[in-house]
Amino acid sequence: MILFVATLLRFLLHYFAALLIRTLIEKTRIRLPVLSVANLSVVKRDRLLFENLNFAVEQGGLLYVKGQNGAGKTSLLRVLAGLVDADSGDVYFTTQNIQDCREDYHQSLVYFGHKLGINQTLSALENLQYWCRQHQVTISVDTIFSTLAELNLVGLEDIPVANLSAGQQRRVALARFWFKQDAKLWILDEPFTALDTQGIDLLSNQITQFLKGAGAVVMTSHQALRLDYPTDELTLEYRI
Amino acid sequence: MAILKRDLALAYRQRAELMQPMLFFILVISLFPLAVGPEPKTLQLIGPGVIWVAAILSSLLGLERLFRDDFQDGSLEQLMLSTTSLPAAALVKVLAHWLTSILPLILLSPLLALFLHLSEPMYWALLKTLLLGTPLLSLIGAIAVGLTVGLNRGGVLLALLLLPVFIPLLIFATSAVEAAAMQLQYTAQLAIIGAMFLFSLALAPFAIAYALRVSQT
Repeated sequence: MILFVATLLRFLLHYFAALLIRTLIEKTRIRLPVLSVANLSVVKRDRLLFENLNFAVEQGGLLYVKGQNGAGKTSLLRVLAGLVDADSGDVYFTTQNIQDCREDYHQSLVYFGHKLGINQTLSALENLQYWCRQHQVTISVDTIFSTLAELNLVGLEDIPVANLSAGQQRRVALARFWFKQDAKLWILDEPFTALDTQGIDLLSNQITQFLKGAGAVVMTSHQALRLDYPTDELTLEYRI
Repeated sequence: MAILKRDLALAYRQRAELMQPMLFFILVISLFPLAVGPEPKTLQLIGPGVIWVAAILSSLLGLERLFRDDFQDGSLEQLMLSTTSLPAAALVKVLAHWLTSILPLILLSPLLALFLHLSEPMYWALLKTLLLGTPLLSLIGAIAVGLTVGLNRGGVLLALLLLPVFIPLLIFATSAVEAAAMQLQYTAQLAIIGAMFLFSLALAPFAIAYALRVSQT
């Protein structure tokens, strides 16, 4: 009997403690870092792009990476995504080194690079279905159709992507940001290139939505950001 | 599984490109009776070697397709950033490539054996060596493609890297067919090719995955 009461009490205690911590986090808005970087250096073709870089991106945080052409923005983003290993330094996803939790990390990441990752011979629909299956995103064909419609691609869903214009191809690739609901981090490399103003607005909206839902975003852009959201900036210098 | 389906669908849509190595294979082999003369004895002597050399060369022609498009359009990046295991994905891609560009060559081989006056036991031996040996070509070839995919126009480099590696395979395969021509046992040669195949089947996927990661830098 005593044992029973003791376990019950212990259970209740744990429950209230958890509740208390959760409300505390919500009330004080403790934002946990999603991505952090320690002493990161990258050398490319004997040129030091950057060294001993330290920063963290928190939940709901937007990091805007600036710099001239060749300053190393794309290289930085590729290292952050885990496509390339840094020459020295570490990248952490929440608290783990991304080398040790590749699968978890990639499950929570959407990366959008210079290369769109869209096969020219396949249609928009096939490309997106394939991508979703590859990234273990379950999604109905209807959702894909409605998202493509939202992106102004009505009637272009099932013709080979090669027949679409550059901007339309980018829109197809960008549809990923509408699909992966459980993502915690988006990495975007020049997402606004070749998009028209309406496309830029659509994407900016989607990014703001994601940030408000406690997502974290790292992006580069040569256009001025037209986001109505507090932005952290990181400027990379071009070094010779 | 999704990768296999996608690659087969892609191959079907690009069938014109796929036909080229096949036509090359047929043409090279039909040149030999014309050049060497229609003497059955000479043709039988060189036949197995000719078919194997032509198979290796034509498989090299189509090999680059394996990762080139995926590398250039960025599908490979997205594959690496997914939860799919890269070695498994690489193995499936090699399988799709073998099914679409090497299997047709093997299916054409009876016709070509006829061109070269191969006897029936020789043909069966040839077929067995091709069935065991060509997957090896694809697996080892894929490692080299993974390494050279980042360099534009790695085509000739690919051939230079791979041809020396294929020499043992060529020796065992042709010696098996020769043994068959003399009505001898050739299980030993087949067993060695089989062993090489199994060895590469076990290790090549990891090597391919590593090569692809290296190519990203």
